[in-house]
Amino acid sequence: MTLPQPPAGGAPIARLLTLLIAVLLLGGIGTGAVLYAADRSGKRDEEQQGGPAVRAGSVSLQPAGQQLVFRSMAWGPHRDELATVPADHPDGERTASGVKCLRFHAAAGTGICLQAVHGALEDTYRTVILDAKLHELHTFPAAGIPTRARVSPSGYLAAWTVFVSGDSYAGTDFSTRTAIVDTRTWALQDNLETYAITKDGHPFQSHDTNIWGVTFADDTRFYATLATGGHTYLVQGDVTARTLTTLHQNVECPSLSPDGTRVAYKKRAPGAPADAPWRLYVLDLRTMTETATAEQRNIDDQALWADDSTLVYALPGDFGADLWTTPADGSGSPRRLVSAAVAPAYLG
Amino acid sequence: MYLADSRSTKAPVAPGTRPGRRGAAVPGTVLALGAVSLITDISSEMVTAVLPLYVVAGLGLSPLGFGLLDGINNGVGALVRLVGGHLADRGGRGHKTVAAVGYGLSAVCKPLLLLAHTVPLIGAVLAVDRTGKGLRTAPRDAMISLATEPEHRGRAFGVHRAMDTTGALLGPLVAFAVLRATVDGYDAVFAVSGCIAALGVLVLLLFVPTPARTADAPPRSSLRDSLTLLRLPALRRLGLCAVLLGLTTVSDSFLYLLLQRQLGLSTHLFPLLPLGTAAAFLLLAVPLGALADRIGRRTLFLAGHGALLLAYVLVLARIPGGAVAVGVLLLHGMFYAATDGVLAAATANATPADQQGAGLALVGTGQALARFACSLAFGAAWSAWGGHTALAATATALAVSAVAAYLLLRSPDEVTE
Repeated sequence: MTLPQPPAGGAPIARLLTLLIAVLLLGGIGTGAVLYAADRSGKRDEEQQGGPAVRAGSVSLQPAGQQLVFRSMAWGPHRDELATVPADHPDGERTASGVKCLRFHAAAGTGICLQAVHGALEDTYRTVILDAKLHELHTFPAAGIPTRARVSPSGYLAAWTVFVSGDSYAGTDFSTRTAIVDTRTWALQDNLETYAITKDGHPFQSHDTNIWGVTFADDTRFYATLATGGHTYLVQGDVTARTLTTLHQNVECPSLSPDGTRVAYKKRAPGAPADAPWRLYVLDLRTMTETATAEQRNIDDQALWADDSTLVYALPGDFGADLWTTPADGSGSPRRLVSAAVAPAYLG
Repeated sequence: MYLADSRSTKAPVAPGTRPGRRGAAVPGTVLALGAVSLITDISSEMVTAVLPLYVVAGLGLSPLGFGLLDGINNGVGALVRLVGGHLADRGGRGHKTVAAVGYGLSAVCKPLLLLAHTVPLIGAVLAVDRTGKGLRTAPRDAMISLATEPEHRGRAFGVHRAMDTTGALLGPLVAFAVLRATVDGYDAVFAVSGCIAALGVLVLLLFVPTPARTADAPPRSSLRDSLTLLRLPALRRLGLCAVLLGLTTVSDSFLYLLLQRQLGLSTHLFPLLPLGTAAAFLLLAVPLGALADRIGRRTLFLAGHGALLLAYVLVLARIPGGAVAVGVLLLHGMFYAATDGVLAAATANATPADQQGAGLALVGTGQALARFACSLAFGAAWSAWGGHTALAATATALAVSAVAAYLLLRSPDEVTE
């Protein structure tokens, strides 16, 4: 077919030649970028100088002594695998399990592992419930990108949150989905947004609710974040009654202390920059008083209680993320606990 | 009654078409613009597909903050489209220039993503990207209509929309192929996306001809001139119908959410719902566009909203099962195929040649703003009454609007060529 007049950019041959050159040039740049990135990813499979020692071994979720388990992000053949270290020697040699997780948590011999499944056309995600020997007990498809995971103290309940992006083209419309499963019956509640909500003492319903970051008190009660209308709330949930009740405002990713009296959480601090708004706080559930921790940096993680007085959380590091620790009462100062690690849990 | 819509006119034959041949090939300009859209959509959907993953897994941030920018982007996008349409008409041959600026702006955003590492910065880059999209939409559609004989515009827009959607479906596949090859190489995805976007701009510059200067077109100088288009009865009626029906068109994400809840679909199927709509749209865009040329664009535009109404009713019927979901998505895709390009074709035929950009932008913007208003109202209604009642109310309003639109559109098309 003859192209319409007037010609857009010279004779047809010249235009085709220009296109050919551009395709070669742009194709070259694109291929170069892919090859560069592929080569870089190859380097991640080699251990880095001065990195932590990692050795393959057998990992149990019910070990003989106290251990810390996490997703090890150190470069090398065991990158992204669950690994353990003795709780009192977090810098010691890591025992890698061979099980890869994006997010992980464990309690009382039950583990929850949120995994990516690399398909031919796209990534999908799944939730795997593991027994103490890290054998798969049950898997559930996950609707989006994993972000939070928790197991109840008894090991009977497990909860997880994923990010869902529903729409094409807009690309900016994100929401969360949180699910809870009972590992005794495998009864699944796959969307906590169907729970009856009581906000400020009144029944509340809204299409824009998002729930994330469950932390269990026992096998009925839990705490989580509820977001609606641009605000976030601490909610207390009941698995049996299927209810959520707001307790406090400006609370995200709560984490209940082992004695059940306090919640560590990230709070949008007034005056903090918009791109780094969150600071780590502790709320006393009896007096509802908030205490700022000594950690002054932006925290985008669900903290973990090492014991009744110490918090552990992830911050961006040279190899993805490092785990840091700070006292829960606002005293002291933060210090690095483990490098190249994320999604921790204490065992034993 | 609608035969006038497809009557042959003595209008001057647009460049790139051969007169008098029934079922003649789609004009080269349309294919070239379709190719530009296809390439550009591969590029933009690559980014859309991996962005949440990049933000959460790559940067370790929460992407929830993006949602807040959505409202602002929608308003700005609508205004930018009006400006784009207006600028394109100035002097009669600005369409290609404005479109090129729009495509170029979006292309520049892809490499910028390599540098943006915080949620507000990424949001800002996305806003610029959307501005580019708003700017290019009206001049692109004006070029399609100016290159096509009036009686074949339905099919021409159908071909364009099908090519556009093909790109949208290919984008995620390319993105994940790159991610697979590089193991979490998000920078490589952005770089490749940038290269593909640049190629799209180049194809536009090289292979899309500058529309011939329309004879004696007085230079338009103010946006108010665009609004005088509303004095044309045919365009005014069409715009009114687009707004009226847009006010009762529930946004895609609400519909998918309702579908998932009413039918009790498992949540992991949720990401597949938009794909279902897109696939139906892709398959039906060309045949329904051609059908519109035969039986009348207004008829098909109304029939498309009938399909949407049927989709609402199917959701409301709460018949459980995957088959119903497939039916709803098929109807939803059919709705888009029967209305998206078809409205553009009808608008083009009701707008003078020298104001195609402004006319298309006016109707398109009216429809977009109406749909945005519907989203806000629907959200409030959902909170107050629950999703089921909100959808039932919307379905009723849609039925009333459709009857009103039918009455408004009864008079024949005025082809002003």
